[in-house]
Amino acid sequence: MNIIVCIKQVPETTEVKINPETNTLIREGVPSIINPFDENAIEEALKLKEKNGGKVTVITMGPPQASEALKKALAMGADEAVLISDRAFAGSDTLATSYALSRAIKKLGEFDLIICGKQAIDGDTAQVGPGIAEWLGLPQVTFVVKAGVEGGKLVAERLLEDENEVVETKLPAAITVVKQINEPRYPSLKGQMRAKKAEIRTINAAEVGAEESKVGLKGSPTWVVRIFTPPPKTGGEMLSGSVDEMAEALALKIKKNGVC
Amino acid sequence: MGIKIIGEKCIGCKICVPACPFQAIDVVDRKAVIDETKCNLCGACVDTCKFKAIMIEREVVAPKVNLSDYKGIWVFAEQRGDEIQEVTLELLGEGRKLAGELGEELCAVLMGSPSIEKKAGELIEHGADKVYVVTDKALSRYSTFPYTRTFVSLINKYKPEIVLVGATTIGRDLAPRIAARIKTGLTADCTGLAIEPEKKALMQTRPAFGGNIMATIMSENHRPQIATVRHKVMKKAAKEKGRKGEIIKDQFKPEAEDALVKIREIIKDKTVKVNLAEAEIIVSGGRGLGEAKNFKLVEELALALGGAVGASRATVDAGWISSHHQVGQTGKTVCPKLYVACGISGAVQHLAGMSSSDIIVAINKDPEAPIFKVATYGIVGDLFEVVPALTKKLKEVRG
Repeated sequence: MNIIVCIKQVPETTEVKINPETNTLIREGVPSIINPFDENAIEEALKLKEKNGGKVTVITMGPPQASEALKKALAMGADEAVLISDRAFAGSDTLATSYALSRAIKKLGEFDLIICGKQAIDGDTAQVGPGIAEWLGLPQVTFVVKAGVEGGKLVAERLLEDENEVVETKLPAAITVVKQINEPRYPSLKGQMRAKKAEIRTINAAEVGAEESKVGLKGSPTWVVRIFTPPPKTGGEMLSGSVDEMAEALALKIKKNGVC
Repeated sequence: MGIKIIGEKCIGCKICVPACPFQAIDVVDRKAVIDETKCNLCGACVDTCKFKAIMIEREVVAPKVNLSDYKGIWVFAEQRGDEIQEVTLELLGEGRKLAGELGEELCAVLMGSPSIEKKAGELIEHGADKVYVVTDKALSRYSTFPYTRTFVSLINKYKPEIVLVGATTIGRDLAPRIAARIKTGLTADCTGLAIEPEKKALMQTRPAFGGNIMATIMSENHRPQIATVRHKVMKKAAKEKGRKGEIIKDQFKPEAEDALVKIREIIKDKTVKVNLAEAEIIVSGGRGLGEAKNFKLVEELALALGGAVGASRATVDAGWISSHHQVGQTGKTVCPKLYVACGISGAVQHLAGMSSSDIIVAINKDPEAPIFKVATYGIVGDLFEVVPALTKKLKEVRG
């Protein structure tokens, strides 16, 4: 089965710090990583391939340096990697991004399954996966925690609020996966050597056949008016005394706040 | 279209340089220079510049539809098992505020099995002026294709200005599909909504980077403007018994695509007694509990408070509790009135999922634990002593 995995290169959020003087985000020196949920998407694709045969192609849309993320995917074991890169894509929101990715996927030829991470940890929108499915008119299964192929059909278990839902759908289809689905493998030494030498195929807007009016700022209905840092939590109070004294003080505070 | 440095305003202070996530800014001869091959037009630098020397020029794309044709605030009335979900009432509360500012109607869209129609009155009592109702067996449980198609056909027919959807697993499956079909703007997981007074358009504020920054987003030249909204942030609409409204029934049109995704099985998690996302009070346990059986302490405190049981990722990974309880970036984002963290150190990923709670109580033996930085009340101590003592005292003070 031919599997396409869509990934995004993101700054490692755990290291994002705020400069207290300027109250802005310090992003210098923050390492770039593959969005963690997308690593799960790659892992799941590799597992499905190992079981059912086929090919795993990893794609990303981004600036030239995003090829680093693709190299890591190759090192993990992906067969091919394609970078979709063009100035025309800059400023794309989730609608324009999902359009560009859907065009690129069409360009790559026949496929059975598209796998995306549930969401990216920088934007946290979770909108690109379903967006791609819509542009391509495919069934979608979101928040997948277990996936398999039975008799040419995809069987997937979805992690919902307080229950799981097992669904089946015909292929081709698109799924988004949650962190709990698997444990992404470390690249093997052989994989790393191979990735190092690999040439990343890059395609631009014209090559994917993207209409200019549907990508970049022009193709994006939403735009960011303002970015600001939320006011820091202040006034935290540390309680002291014996265990019983602290427990009583806290119980009274909770009661006073009227939450129970 | 693109990014521009206004030479006379730029003093070469370099504040914008580290703000760029793509390392696209350099200062040459005391002026910022942008490497356009690297710049992604994200706008992070624009807000950092104290001299307003960086500008992103957006070519104004004329609206493709007549904006004034679109009127009214719509709320997606999420139902599960024929029960209207709490988040719907929160959306009605917020929708009423927006409708008032625009001087427009507040409407709800209710889809479900034929028996769902009787719930329309509940939506009217919580502020809906109109309820659009579409019923069919194919709509009894949420499914992407029939819900998307039905909602889109209602939007095309009745033309709302704003559509609000709860940021639940249902809402976040449905809304991107609708927005991509109509080709309109969608903002995810909003925690603040307001009307921009000049353009009368929706300003949508949401956290990004795990809550480290907030962004305000608009899509004023597209209709409808769609937003998914986080649980528990907006104030629930008050109930007005006997309130009158209009019920408009629309026909469901079945299509072959409705059968593409079939539900095989629903696996209930019996350990979930109170849905985390809707809980007013959450008591969570972390690695400090030591082993699975000690979750009992957390459960007892949750029971005393009438709250839900949450968990850190470490405890779920260790198999102490099911993943439906997980709070944080890889689990659920919650925003209860009270969040009690027992033996949770407070990794950034956990904080991203709960730091917007109203009151945060942290109980941990390590005074340096990052959880104390976001805590309203902190107790440094042994949770095996503190948690049972708190459970006991709470029972006493509540009588």
